[in-house]
Amino acid sequence: MYPILEARWLAPEVKLFRLQAPLIARKQKPGQFVIVRVHERGERIPLTIADAEADSITLIVQGVGKTTKLLNTLEAGQRVLDVVGPLGRPSEIHRYGTAVVIGGGVGTAIAYPTARALKRAGNRVLAIIGGRTRSLVILERELRGFCDAVHVTTDDGSHGEKGLVTAPLQRLVNGPDRPDFVLAIGPIPMMRAVAEVTRPHGIKTMVSLNPIMVDGTGMCGGCRVVVGGKTFFACVDGPEFDAHQVDFQILAARNAMYREAEQRALAEFRAQAHPPEECRLTRAHPELAPLAAS
Amino acid sequence: MDAANPLPLKERMRLPRQRMPEQAPEARRENFAEVNLGLDAALARQEALRCLQCKSHQCFTGCPVGVKIKDFIALVLRGDYLAAAAKIREDNVLPAITGRVCPQEEQCEGRCILGKNGEPLAIGYLERFVADYERRVGQVGLPVKAPPTGKRVAVIGSGPAGLSAAGDLVQRGHAVTVLEALHELGGVLIYGIPEFRLPKQIVHEEIENLRRLGVEFRTNVVVGRTVTVDELLGPEGYHAVFIATGAGLPVFLNIPGEHLCGVYSANEFLTRVNLMRANEFPAWDEPIYDCRGRDVAVIGGGNTAMDAVRTALRLGAATATIVYRRSEAEMPARVEEIKHAREEGVRFLTLANPVAFLGDERGWLRAIRCQRMALGEPDASGRRRPQPIPDSAFEIPAQVAVVAVGNRGNPLVQATTPDLKTNPLGYIEADPETLKTSKRGVFAGGDIVTGGATVILAMGAGRRAAQAIDRYLRTGEW
Ligand SMILES: Cc1cc2nc3c(=O)[nH]c(=O)nc-3n(C[C@H](O)[C@H](O)[C@H](O)COP(=O)(O)OP(=O)(O)OC[C@H]3O[C@@H](n4cnc5c(N)ncnc54)[C@H](O)[C@@H]3O)c2cc1C
Ligand code: FES
Repeated sequence: MYPILEARWLAPEVKLFRLQAPLIARKQKPGQFVIVRVHERGERIPLTIADAEADSITLIVQGVGKTTKLLNTLEAGQRVLDVVGPLGRPSEIHRYGTAVVIGGGVGTAIAYPTARALKRAGNRVLAIIGGRTRSLVILERELRGFCDAVHVTTDDGSHGEKGLVTAPLQRLVNGPDRPDFVLAIGPIPMMRAVAEVTRPHGIKTMVSLNPIMVDGTGMCGGCRVVVGGKTFFACVDGPEFDAHQVDFQILAARNAMYREAEQRALAEFRAQAHPPEECRLTRAHPELAPLAAS
Repeated sequence: MDAANPLPLKERMRLPRQRMPEQAPEARRENFAEVNLGLDAALARQEALRCLQCKSHQCFTGCPVGVKIKDFIALVLRGDYLAAAAKIREDNVLPAITGRVCPQEEQCEGRCILGKNGEPLAIGYLERFVADYERRVGQVGLPVKAPPTGKRVAVIGSGPAGLSAAGDLVQRGHAVTVLEALHELGGVLIYGIPEFRLPKQIVHEEIENLRRLGVEFRTNVVVGRTVTVDELLGPEGYHAVFIATGAGLPVFLNIPGEHLCGVYSANEFLTRVNLMRANEFPAWDEPIYDCRGRDVAVIGGGNTAMDAVRTALRLGAATATIVYRRSEAEMPARVEEIKHAREEGVRFLTLANPVAFLGDERGWLRAIRCQRMALGEPDASGRRRPQPIPDSAFEIPAQVAVVAVGNRGNPLVQATTPDLKTNPLGYIEADPETLKTSKRGVFAGGDIVTGGATVILAMGAGRRAAQAIDRYLRTGEW
């Protein structure tokens, strides 16, 4: 059991958790993730480690399906059943020169620790972060704390520049300040679009892939992705890969494999849900009642 | 001992081998409950009466861990089932498990003299009977523990190799911690072998017995990531390490279309159902592609393939087909499994080799292109090598395919322990007797050394490792 030390909302449906997990905290490096199981009948889902202190790790969770929404009902003082990690290879941190770090939606949380590590390694770090609307742009203040510049875009223009993250990237690529390295993390269409912007210029571009996972240790092969025509297991060979080599179409198709089941689980979860939020957990899983009360 | 058997030898040889009571095929293909129901006391006695108690007791030499078979059979005849179970436990700590999953036909029963002119003694059924009796009456006697030695051993992996080593090591007075990557303990016994062959409750009970003995278990620890072997031997303060991480890296076919939706490794397919209970979705959260009314093809001919294809039937598949490139005679699966699969309605497409998975426009599997094969000369494994017949391609419809053509060693531990010698296939090199690796204080055994083998061989390795580790801890000699 992994106690929640802190839980707060960063944006609608986006919650930050600080979990006590000393072994993982000690070992983790930017770019690595954990696999989490919320309750006894729960599935195993990967979540990137957004930050770590001496004996705690920070996860930033966007509620999209049943498990993430259920997780987001938890509060400080409660516990998460299983957390295993750190998994995957850490980001490759080098002194590239000018590095652009791009985060779309909750992808910003995943890019955040790598951005900081790139800065510490002596790079000039420019961040481009985007979201559908103002409230979905996260970690802007934190990034401004150490980045050399932060560009914000929103689809509806409610904050920063109206449009997609690729617009400021295109300007940077065409401008005098041509980046030496790009890291893009976010929805698949965004990562794919970024890859197309940098490809003609031959700028090294990495993306962090989010295939469906089960064990996270290389045992099941469910997380396989095709990169440069070869198969890799994202949980052990990744999650970061060369954006210009990734087959995004296969990734998108495989990620849709359980869409029907996911929608059904979510609908049932919603049907059980009543305000206040806290009750959802115990309604769905009465065996957790004592835990939720504690 | 033979006094317990009233029958003269000739009459014993005339008795027929008892049949294992089973769930009827039509019923069991609809559920995940155990197929074999077990002998009752009357049937067990009837079967035990067949034992000739012969001097040569070949059965004993056929058992990889040397269970004293004729002694335990004699105790069954006396009706002292607990003593019979204790007799088995002297050499095999997981009898309720091996009684169900051992390939007895190749081991003890394969050597039984009765088999020369008729059917061998049903040793596996009897082992299972006494182990189940012991579980039912709740009297699993815990062995006496030696006084604490003050030494600490880390066991990596909680499959049969790790569990048997852990049990033997605590008995010798060492403090043992088992580190397991998954959230549940048991290795393949939990995530691989299905409920209908090995009820998970049995595995849980055996682990509980070890816990009562004093073994400490820590789940969610991936050695190589959460902690390294060098850290275990250094700052973590362990005096020896036993690596029993199994052969958990799935091999794919490397043919076009393997990334299509609907194509699984057997590990993933079985893990989703056995560990994550996807068959109970949505009461359990993990989904599996809905097999109901669909055509499922399983590629391979081993135990894993049989487990996967029978699981597919139970998930409601319209057709469940084994696709195997050699003929049925070469299939490595246990005879009983093939028989059970066939009774349940599994189809067998042999001498056929998949060459491509074919998808629809959305990226979903729709068919498998296969090639006909013929058997040529024997290869290194002694089995006749399958060779493609030119221009023989054909397609079979399939919306789900499960690739069950073997596993390799998971490299996480080796990759982070540079002074650990491995062979070209990625398995750890260890002395067959002492299980010592190239690194001082580190031992390895089970599938991570041998490649995919059997539960009993993994247990035997765990046992030998425990002896060698004990010697090392007491003498300090490497
Ligand atoms: C589907 C299937 C059916 C089978 N049927 C039979 C049968 O009927 N009869 C039979 O005798 N044999 C059968 N086998 C083979 C048998 O299960 C194996 O030979 C046996 O389990 C090997 O035991 P092991 O302890 O070496 O490894 P495993 O049982 O594989 O256990 C290894 C454990 O180590 C853990 N681990 C791996 N890496 C790490 C790490 N880095 N850190 C921490 N933990 C780690 C794994 O999660 C796992 O729990 C079957 C195998 C499969 C897959
Ligand atoms: S999640 Fe199972 S191999 Fe990557």
